[in-house]
Amino acid sequence: MADDRNFILKIITPDRVFYEEEVSMVEFNTIEGEVGIYRNHIPMTMIIAPGVLTITNGEEVSEAALHAGFAEVLPDQVTILAEIIEWPGEIDLERAEESMHRAEERIKEHAPGTDMKRAELSLKRAVARIEAVK
Amino acid sequence: MASMRDIKRRKGSIQSTQQITKAMKLVSTVKLQRAKQRAEQSKAYFNCMYETVNSMLAKTGNLNHPYLKAGDSAKKAVVVITSNRGLAGGYNSNIVKLITNGDFQKEDLIIYAIGKKGKDALHRYGYEIARDYSDVIEEPSYMDAMHISQTLLDSFAAGEIGEIYLAYTGFKNTVVHEPKLLKLLPVEPVQTEDNPQETGSKALMNFEPEDDEALDLIIPKYVTSLIYGGLVEAVASENGARMQAMDSATSNAEEMIDHLSLMYNRARQGSITQELTEIIAGANAIS
Repeated sequence: MADDRNFILKIITPDRVFYEEEVSMVEFNTIEGEVGIYRNHIPMTMIIAPGVLTITNGEEVSEAALHAGFAEVLPDQVTILAEIIEWPGEIDLERAEESMHRAEERIKEHAPGTDMKRAELSLKRAVARIEAVK
Repeated sequence: MASMRDIKRRKGSIQSTQQITKAMKLVSTVKLQRAKQRAEQSKAYFNCMYETVNSMLAKTGNLNHPYLKAGDSAKKAVVVITSNRGLAGGYNSNIVKLITNGDFQKEDLIIYAIGKKGKDALHRYGYEIARDYSDVIEEPSYMDAMHISQTLLDSFAAGEIGEIYLAYTGFKNTVVHEPKLLKLLPVEPVQTEDNPQETGSKALMNFEPEDDEALDLIIPKYVTSLIYGGLVEAVASENGARMQAMDSATSNAEEMIDHLSLMYNRARQGSITQELTEIIAGANAIS
C-alpha cells in the first residue's frame, strides 16, 4: 500500500495517541464548513466543529465522532489535536439520543437564562455521535 | 540506660510506623507508575500544541490581540497545583516557597488553588484564595482543566486579572521533580529554540478562519492543555515525591530498629549479668 498519494494522519488527544497511520483521505467538519483533505494540501490550520470524521484508506473507511480541537495540515502530514474524539464503539447511543432531545427542547423553549450557545453545541455533539454510530 | 521494657516498646512502635511507611511507599509506587504513563501519553498532545501555537505566533508577529497583551489590571492570577495529602517530602512546601519567595507582591496575587495543602499554606500566609478546585487533583480529567481555564479566561476577558501564571511541579523522572512557574497569559512566543528549518516549513501556514479568530479559538485550548499538562505532571511528581519520602522513612526506621535492637540486647545481657552476680553473692553469703 505504499502509495505516493497517501499521507500520514495523526490524531492526538490529551490522553493518548488516538490514531496514527498512512491514509489516502480524511474528511471532517471545521467551523468554516466541511473539508476533505488529500495529499499535498496547502499548509493550513483549521478549527474543528463537531461532526463526523471519516478516514479513507484505500477501500477501508472508518468513522469517528470528533467534537473539538484543531487540525494542522501539511502537504504530507495532517495532525489533528482533538480535545474530544470517540470511535463509534465507544459511544453510548442511548445517552447521545437523550442529550439530543434535551438540547432540542432547551432550544425550542428558549427560556431566559438558557445558554443558547451551549445548548446548540451540545445538540451538535449529540448529532455527531449519532451519525458516527449509524 | 533505659529499661528493657521501654526499649522494647519503642522498638515496637517504630516497627509499626515502618510497616505503614512501607505500605505507603508501595501504594505510591503503583500510583506513580500509572501517573507516569498518563503523563507520557499526554506529552505528545502538549508538544504539538506548544509547537503549533508558537509557530502561529511567530508567523502572525505583533498582533494586537487581547490574549497577547497584559490586561490593565495589576492583579495576577496564579493556579497553584499541590496535593491534597501530605507526607510527600518537600513537594508541597517547594511550590508554596515558589510563590512566597518569588518576585510577586502579595496584594497583587489571586490564588486559584488546586490541592488542599497549597491552599491551606497560602491562606495562612494571608494570600487571597479566589477558588479551590482541590477535588480535581485526585483524578485529573481534561474536562476539569477546561472548566478551570474557562473561569480564568472569563476573568481575564472581564479585566479582573491582568496576567495568569501556573505553578506546578514538573516531572523530569522518578527522582527529579522541579517546581515551575509558567506564564499562561499573555502568551509570549518563544523564538530562541526554533531551528530555522522548522520555521521555514511552517512560515507558509495559512489559517482558516483568519488569524485573529483562529487565535481566539486556539489560545483557550492552549491554556487548557497547559493546565491539564500541569495537573498530570503534578500528580506524577506528587507520587514520586511521596515514594522517595516514604522510602527514606522506611530506611531510617530500619536504622533506628537496628540501633534499638543493639541497645535491647545490651540491656538484656546487663540484666542477666546482674542477676547472676546477685545469685552468686547470695550463695556466698549463705555458705
